Amino acid sequence: MRITGAQALVKSLEMQGVDVVFGLPGGAILPVYDPIIDSPIRHILVRHEQGAGHMAEGYAQATNKPGVAIVTSGPAATNIVTALADAYMDSIPIVVITGQVATSSIGTDAFQEADTTGITMSITKHNWLIKDASEIPQVVKEAFHVATTGRPGPVLIDLPKDVSNQMMDWYWPDSVDLPGYKPNVKGHPRSISAAAKLIKEAKKPVFYIGGGVIRSGASAALKTLVEKCNIPVVTTLMGRGAFPDDHPLCLGMPGMHGTYTAITAMQKSDLLITLGARFDDRVTGKVSGFAPEAKIIHVDIDPAELGKVRRADVPIVGDVKLVIEELIEALDKGEAGELDYSITQEWHDQVKKWQEDFPLRYEEDPKDGSLKPQYVVECLSKLAPEGTILASGVGQHQMWGSQFWHFNDANTWINSGGLGTMGFAIPAAIGAKVGRPDKMVWAVDGDGCFQMTAQELVTASAERIPVKIALLNNAYLGMVRQWQEMFYEERYSEVYLSPDLPDYVKWAEAMGCVAFRVETPEDVIPTIEKANQINDRSVVIEFRTDWREKVFPMVPSGATNDEVVLGPMFEGR
Amino acid sequence: MTNASPNLIPMSMPGGKSSTEFGYHVLSVLVENKAGVLARVAQLFSRRGYSIYSLAVAPTDDERFSRLTVVVDLESVTLEQITKQLHKLINVIKITEIDPRESVQQELLLAIVAADTQSRSQIMELAGIFGAKVIDVGLERLTLALADTPDRLDDFTGLIKVFGIIEVQRTGRVALTKLARPSTRGGMNRGKAS
Repeated sequence: MRITGAQALVKSLEMQGVDVVFGLPGGAILPVYDPIIDSPIRHILVRHEQGAGHMAEGYAQATNKPGVAIVTSGPAATNIVTALADAYMDSIPIVVITGQVATSSIGTDAFQEADTTGITMSITKHNWLIKDASEIPQVVKEAFHVATTGRPGPVLIDLPKDVSNQMMDWYWPDSVDLPGYKPNVKGHPRSISAAAKLIKEAKKPVFYIGGGVIRSGASAALKTLVEKCNIPVVTTLMGRGAFPDDHPLCLGMPGMHGTYTAITAMQKSDLLITLGARFDDRVTGKVSGFAPEAKIIHVDIDPAELGKVRRADVPIVGDVKLVIEELIEALDKGEAGELDYSITQEWHDQVKKWQEDFPLRYEEDPKDGSLKPQYVVECLSKLAPEGTILASGVGQHQMWGSQFWHFNDANTWINSGGLGTMGFAIPAAIGAKVGRPDKMVWAVDGDGCFQMTAQELVTASAERIPVKIALLNNAYLGMVRQWQEMFYEERYSEVYLSPDLPDYVKWAEAMGCVAFRVETPEDVIPTIEKANQINDRSVVIEFRTDWREKVFPMVPSGATNDEVVLGPMFEGR
Repeated sequence: MTNASPNLIPMSMPGGKSSTEFGYHVLSVLVENKAGVLARVAQLFSRRGYSIYSLAVAPTDDERFSRLTVVVDLESVTLEQITKQLHKLINVIKITEIDPRESVQQELLLAIVAADTQSRSQIMELAGIFGAKVIDVGLERLTLALADTPDRLDDFTGLIKVFGIIEVQRTGRVALTKLARPSTRGGMNRGKAS
């Protein structure tokens, strides 16, 4: 069958099982947009290419399937760079297809030409510049393979316009040809035994759970392992939901704005069972002072993560789900003796005491009647149907979202952890809703973030993708304001945004959303209930929250995790 | 091979130390011979903050693959982290660390040396001792070529400096692991290749 390269691309996406792509057409990608008309693949027309990238990420995070975005060359490619960098940091499988100028024009500074493969080399797992239409099916198959196997991540295919127009003989490859790419998925048996032995001997162990557990679909296996070992669990910002917050062994999030108990339990532990986490600086604080007495079991599918930040006593390269299953088997076999729950009893008592003494707190009944952002998130969480997905931007609202929402399922918390991309929430929520139309999708957003990507709510309205946005409007770039207050002697530099410029309600309505403004605590629950009833349109609730509110606990930058600042609620104790 | 006595060679000159004393490691990296592969390797080094001391690249006998010989400066980062990050590149097939004692290493040097009628014969004599070739001759200059171990090139450079080097160009080393062979005299095979 003779078809064009563009037809071959669309057909290859169909063969790959793609049901939706996020994109925006333009000159160099024009040939590809013609066969899209005839394809069963749903195309969602975004308003900015960055939105297409984040939607693909949101889709992938909600479904564990690869998200796909198609954009044109030059400025479109550079617009999607942020999403690629974001997906690379957080190991999100997305496939981005960019148009490119004709092969004969490459290198001539042609109109809308950019060195896309060069620019994206260090923020993709791999990228391809296709020079001949016959390569297209092979490259598409390889691109999806690379994006979704091993440590997942973004890939990019750069497709010159003349290659799209070139005729080729259609084929679908049986296999990939990647001699240098063989991710190791099974843990080494000797390491598994060594890990089992450490687990049995530990008196103060903690499970340190990262996003890898969600990417590998290991939540159920993890629950079995945790309950078998009876060991407390912390879930990182990327790992929220991998283990249920409602479980008695869950201590919540560790790190800079984690719970006192999660931070301190890690810090004082004698064994960190690290599954799919990477000792990020926001988790460890000052690395040289991090968990000084802890032995480390470190399981990761990416060998480069083992020993990158902290030397592991037992490093295990493998898919965390398979390794968890292997660990369960090794413990069941009793290779290193039976599990003795009594040796951790003192530890559990200590952890429980920390939980009782230092819970997450905020002023629940402020005398001045101000609206606390933490209260908003708490109400959102309580009123949300089971399995609701929460997307988030980056900043204070993200931390409150992670702290005060109860995550009980994997793939229900979608945020930008590693790169910290402001404006992530709205497009990511839209992508998540496209992937999981059966679920309610809320986004918690800040006023700074909202102004970066709000235009995608036009996409949501036009494409009938109903998402709900809780905009915590404190009229500031709040996290930056918090740092200026605490570390720059209250010298506020360029952080004030104004509460009513723009008018968020009018703006949301102009984009086809239902919009509400909430200014008092009394209105919070009724308005959220109203929003939860609306299923045919997107909803924006603007909450005018107390601008003075800061995120606590906090481990100041550069400090060790022994120096947790608990905040005003614990002053005078 | 030349039979120059080791005591002819001044060992104290800069660059005269062996690679490991300087914290250098030699990696032999087999890569797929695809467009941009060198850029990927180079960008990885710069992105992760590793420094390349020298880099040589050429296709192997199998045209699908190329071999890079990278000499890396290990001041700031472990060799393990570099090799693991390199392995993450999809086009990297195999990475071998080349132990200087267990490998053969060669590098090519081209040097233009000032050579008037008085010094010319001395220079040619020195070239002869080192096995360097005279590959170009001008009125007042000679161009010499020497392929040998990096240490020997350092030594040679130090000696011809006396006559006045106009320009010098080195390729960076290429290296392969020594062939296994039955040892008849204990550790003698582990001696310096010369």
